[in-house]
Amino acid sequence: MAAPYDLNDDSVVVIIGSGAGGGTLGNELAQKGIDVVVLEAGGRIEYEEFINDEWDSFAQLAWLDHRTTGGGWRVSKDFPNLPAWIVKAVGGTTTHWAGASLRFQEHEFKALTTYGKVEGANLLDWPLTLAEMEPYYSKAEDKMGVTRTHGIEGLPGNNNFKILKAGADKLGYKECHTGRMAINSAERDDRMGCQQTGFCFQGCKWGAKWSTLYTEIPKGEATGKLEVRPNSHVIRIEHDAGGKVTNVVYADKDGNLQSQKARIVCVAGNSIESPRLLLNSASTMFPDGLANSSGQVGRNYMRHTTGSVYAVFEKPVHFYRGTTMAGIVQDEAKHDPSRGFVGGYELETLALGVPFMAAFLDPGGWGRSFTSAMDNYANMAGLWIVGEDMPQEQNAVKLHAELKDKYGMPIPDVWFTDHENDIAMRNHAYKQGQAIYEAVGATRSFPTPPYPSTHNLGTNRMSEKASDGVVNKWGQTHDIQNLFVSDGSQFTTGASENPTLTIVTLAIRQADYIAREMAAGTI
Amino acid sequence: MTTIYEQRPGLSRRELLKRGTIGAALIITGKAVISPDRAWGMEAAALKPETMATLIRLARDIYPHDSIPDRFYAIAVKGHDTRAADDAAHKELIEAGIADLDARAGDGGYRGLGWEDDRVTILRDIEATPFFQAVRGDLVVSFYNQKELWPHFGYEGESYSKGGYIARGFDDIEWL
Repeated sequence: MAAPYDLNDDSVVVIIGSGAGGGTLGNELAQKGIDVVVLEAGGRIEYEEFINDEWDSFAQLAWLDHRTTGGGWRVSKDFPNLPAWIVKAVGGTTTHWAGASLRFQEHEFKALTTYGKVEGANLLDWPLTLAEMEPYYSKAEDKMGVTRTHGIEGLPGNNNFKILKAGADKLGYKECHTGRMAINSAERDDRMGCQQTGFCFQGCKWGAKWSTLYTEIPKGEATGKLEVRPNSHVIRIEHDAGGKVTNVVYADKDGNLQSQKARIVCVAGNSIESPRLLLNSASTMFPDGLANSSGQVGRNYMRHTTGSVYAVFEKPVHFYRGTTMAGIVQDEAKHDPSRGFVGGYELETLALGVPFMAAFLDPGGWGRSFTSAMDNYANMAGLWIVGEDMPQEQNAVKLHAELKDKYGMPIPDVWFTDHENDIAMRNHAYKQGQAIYEAVGATRSFPTPPYPSTHNLGTNRMSEKASDGVVNKWGQTHDIQNLFVSDGSQFTTGASENPTLTIVTLAIRQADYIAREMAAGTI
Repeated sequence: MTTIYEQRPGLSRRELLKRGTIGAALIITGKAVISPDRAWGMEAAALKPETMATLIRLARDIYPHDSIPDRFYAIAVKGHDTRAADDAAHKELIEAGIADLDARAGDGGYRGLGWEDDRVTILRDIEATPFFQAVRGDLVVSFYNQKELWPHFGYEGESYSKGGYIARGFDDIEWL
């Protein structure tokens, strides 16, 4: 069998979403000779078409289907219809991500055991360990070309990094470097090296940053066993009387409904669409949605503490020049409850252009306090806080009670409220960030509130017991053997590291498992 | 906090020329709003020209940058006039909002209040209103997304066509 596949071909693996999880899984399976159809809601925009302009790029790539928000988070007040900044295009959010590729730490897979019970939090240990992940982490780092692994040199430090390093040194931090980045420091894998362009978030026009769009997907397509269908928005997964999923209903580029049969279905639509799809696939047999016997589908939504610190100096920095996130301080990523919270956080360099700085520095802010900050734009440095936020059952992606999309399906309603631990951690991180910059002479600094979430996790979480979560250690749903989850919604906890490397790692591992099970005839 | 004392309408032409154009009174003629130095002008198609003039003043008070000329603020609020032409509800929102500002300001209207402090006091009172939120929310993009303004902030914009910053100072900081 070879691509393209017939709608009635029930031997194919259907993957929903083409990002870090779906794109990687698709290629890995295709390399093993398995027939794969990837259904991607967005269009296929090749990297030459990316735009070095913040708002134009946002319009080109961002997921802008109607969403609503609720809960105590400030995002709901400032950006009520934009809970997340993620991508609707082939390549998913790997087109827009910044490239930071960090492994989870050993204790982070055992969050409940390590941190103990935290009141109001739904902590749980992952059903897998760092030791099991390590060989796959190594494969992922090689695949993605992560700097500081596999003999790959670190990227050079830009002006923003140099300030971070100078401040970190003054504070006695020992783990500050230009990061483990899935961005070529030199030509590798037929892709050129980073040109320090500063528009990482808008898609890398050089192809230097790893994205499934121009790596996994074309490699998978070259085998003849991978078909990617863009502009195919999946609205429902259907099953038979025995409770096995049988086909996937999607709207094609003309808005007509199609049905693709499947032997196996893997959901990888990122952590808002994936649980929404499972919930919207409710049936007489599964009235609470697919794979939801635990009631945890959509729940435990995490987004890392986020938050930023921007600081103004007396002389120019031009911090927007260069690789946006190639700079990190890792010292605070440890678990040290003497700081007043469990879990830890990474501090990573970040820069925005003038348009986005105006929108996100102080959402809703106006007047001279705001404009005097903007007037100092050229003298700014900035960092981003990536901290482990607590899973809470109440933080959830729900189906909106009234509002529907153009296909008649309930839209997602994303609820989030900070846990006390999140607030304590973020405040500590603000203080440390400001201290770093003050140590180098910052005259003014701004603790910027969390942006619309770029890390979205946990809404179909892994668990040992079926009553605690949605999927097992392979990402296979507890309830339905031939239904898998392949994106960051699998995460049991968020750890303090950017999620993409772990998503790719889990996908490589999941491909091995699916291939084994298919060969054995169990699924 | 610096404040600009603006002239009130009705000053002599000599006075007008002496004061210069930044923050100076806009001229209303027919349906047009014109800058005092005649450097630019704008037709108001759907909104009253007085409304446009006040919107421009309001825009600067929301995002005051003293060395940025009025025309950038004028461009930033032009969209309200365009939208008001097709959207009656939006037209009403803006006209009513401006009328409210003028009422709160008293004699001479909003533009007649010479001290920025006095105008900002009014704005703080109406901060939570749909009118203010609509104007500010639009302005944060319509004002700051003007490419011609970016050099003012020291932002260099698009980079790919120039080969990125690898040879253009990505790591050129010298004062650390």
